[in-house]
Amino acid sequence: MSVPALMLPAAIYLLVMFVYPFAYGVVLSLQAKDGGLSLANYLAFLLDPWQARTIWVTASIAVPNTVLTVLLALVVAYRMRRGMWMERTITTALVLPIALGTVLVAEGINGFYGPKGWLNQALLAVGITDPPRLTHNYTGVMIALLVQHFPFCFLMLLGYVSGIDPALEAAARVLGAGPWAIFRRVMWPLIAPGVAIAFALVFVMNFGVFPSAVLVGQPAGATRTIAIAAYQQAFEHSDMAMASAIAVVMGACQLVGLGVILVIRRRMAATGVATMGAGKR
Amino acid sequence: MISALSFRLTKRFGTRTVLDEFALDVHGGEFVTFLGPSGCGKSTALNLLAGLLPATSGEIRLDGSPIDHLPPERRGFGMVFQNYALFPHLTVFDNVAFGLALRRRPRTEIAQRVRRMLELVQLAEYEARYPGQLSGGQQQRVAIARALAVEPRVLLLDEPLSNLDAKLRLEMRSELKRLHADLRLTSIYVTHDQAEALSLSDRVVVLRDGRVMQVGVPAEIHDRPRTRFVADFMGYRNFFPVTVDRSDGDLVLARGKDLMVTGRPVTPLAPGAAAVAAVRPEDIELTAELAGPNVVRGTVRLTEYLGREHDVEVVVDSGTTVMARVAQPVGVGAAVGLRLPPERVVVLPSEDSP
Repeated sequence: MSVPALMLPAAIYLLVMFVYPFAYGVVLSLQAKDGGLSLANYLAFLLDPWQARTIWVTASIAVPNTVLTVLLALVVAYRMRRGMWMERTITTALVLPIALGTVLVAEGINGFYGPKGWLNQALLAVGITDPPRLTHNYTGVMIALLVQHFPFCFLMLLGYVSGIDPALEAAARVLGAGPWAIFRRVMWPLIAPGVAIAFALVFVMNFGVFPSAVLVGQPAGATRTIAIAAYQQAFEHSDMAMASAIAVVMGACQLVGLGVILVIRRRMAATGVATMGAGKR
Repeated sequence: MISALSFRLTKRFGTRTVLDEFALDVHGGEFVTFLGPSGCGKSTALNLLAGLLPATSGEIRLDGSPIDHLPPERRGFGMVFQNYALFPHLTVFDNVAFGLALRRRPRTEIAQRVRRMLELVQLAEYEARYPGQLSGGQQQRVAIARALAVEPRVLLLDEPLSNLDAKLRLEMRSELKRLHADLRLTSIYVTHDQAEALSLSDRVVVLRDGRVMQVGVPAEIHDRPRTRFVADFMGYRNFFPVTVDRSDGDLVLARGKDLMVTGRPVTPLAPGAAAVAAVRPEDIELTAELAGPNVVRGTVRLTEYLGREHDVEVVVDSGTTVMARVAQPVGVGAAVGLRLPPERVVVLPSEDSP
C-alpha cells in the first residue's frame, strides 16, 4: 500500500472528529440571532466586562501556574537526572495523579486542604486558630492544576534532561565548571528547547481549566474561567452560538500563547542554543 | 606546569571490588597507559583520578600534596573522553575556550590561546563550526585541544581512539605521540588496545579485575610477560602445558605432551614445576624438519591470507591447535613442521598469580 493510502484512516478520523466539529463551531459562533452571519456574538462577549473578564481571570491562573509547574518539574527532573535512591518509588508517586483523573484529585484536595480537611484540623490542633483558606478560591485552583500537570511536565523534562550525555557534564567539571556553571553553560542551553515545549503544553492545558475551577475554585467569582463562561452559555443559557464564540476566543488565546513561546524558542535556535540537543526536538 | 602524580586507590561498588589497592608513582612528563580488558577497572581508575567518582579509600598526590579533597573542577586536570563529549551547542572555538572562560581570562588572551591550540591540532580553519559538522577524528582533535587549552597539570585520556575507524586511529595515534613529544605533559592513557599501549607509552600498567598484573616499559611487557593473562593480552596465542625438566642458565628445558621445548623463564622455575610455554604466531617458523627440540609437527587446517603474510592454523599430532603467521603460502592439508625459536618462547608459571 502506498503511503497516502496508509494515511487515509488517520485523515478521515481527523476530518470527522476534529476538522468538522471545529468548523461547525466556528460557523455556529458567527450565527446571529436573526439567522445571518455576524460578529455579534464575539462583540457581545468582549464588550460585556463580566464576560470579557474571564480572559484575564484565566490568564492570571494559567500563566503563573505554568511558570510554577515547569519550574518545579525542571528542578525535580534536574535533580533526578542521574538517578537517585528509591527513584522508581518516587517517580511512581509523582506520576500517580495522572492516573487518578481531575475529579478524584479535586476531591482529594478538598479532603486535605478544605475548611474541614486534615491540614486545617492539624493546624487547629496545634493552636493555629485562623488557618488560611486554601480551597474554593484562586489558591485551590492553583494547587489542583499543579498536582494534575506536574507529573506530565516532570516526565517530559526528565526525558530531556536524562537524555543528555553524562560525559558532557563530566567534561565541563574537569574543565573547571561548578554545579551552577554546568547548569548555565551546558545543561540549560540543551534543555531549553524541551522546557519551551513543556511550557507550551502546560499553558494550553491550564488555559482550558474547567473541572478544577468548578470543584476547588470559586466558579461564580475569582476563578470564573473562560471555559466556565462557555459552559454556562451552552448549558445554562442554551446559547450554543455564543458558547462557540467563547470557545473560539479561548482557542485564539491559546494560539497566541503558543505563538509567543514558539517565537522565543525559534530565537534560541537562531543563536545556536537549540541547534543540537538531547536527541529529541 | 609538569607535575608528578602518585596514587593508591581502592574502589568498591557495594560488595564488588573494582580496584584493589591500585598504587603507582607517575613521574613528571611520563606517559603511562592503563591496559586491560573491559571491566578491569582502568576507566574507574581514571575517573577516580579526575575526581568524577569518589574513592572508597586511598589517596592521590600531585607533586606531593594530597588532592583527594578537591572536586574535579579544582584539580586542574585535562580529560579526553571516548565519545569526545564536545558541547554540541558551542562552536569549536567556544568549546576550546570553555575552560579559559571559566577561569575569567581576558578575552584577547583566550582568543590567542584557543587559536594556538587549534593550530596545534591542525583545525585552525574550523573554529566557527559546530561539533556536529565535524568528522569523528576532527571532533576528537577538538576535544584534545579543549583539554590542553587550560594547561592541565595532568592529561587523562579515556580510550580516546576507540570510536575511530582503523585508519584514523593510526593517524591520531601518531598525532598523540607527536603532541606528547612536544608538550611532555604527564599523561595517563586508558585503553584495551595493546598496540596503542606499546606505541604511545613510557610505561604500561596491565590491569585485571582491579589488580595490577604487571608494570613495565612497553618492551618488557611485550617480551617478558610475567603471567599467562598478560601474555595472552600481548598477543601470545599459543600456550603449551609443560613440566620443567631442568634450568640451564637463562633458559629452561621443559617437556609437554606436544613437544620438548627450550625457552626463557620469566621467573625462576624449579625442575618438576608445572609451567606453560607461550609463543606468538609471528615468531613461529616453518621448518623442513618434522621432529627435534622446539619443533612440532602437524597438519594445516585453515589458512587466512593477510596481504603480506598468511595466518595458518595447524593441528599438531597430539590434537593441540597451533596458530602461526608465515610468509609463504601453504596448502590446507599439508603436513608441516613448526619451529619455536627458543629465544622467542617464554615459560610461565602455570598458576595465574602475579
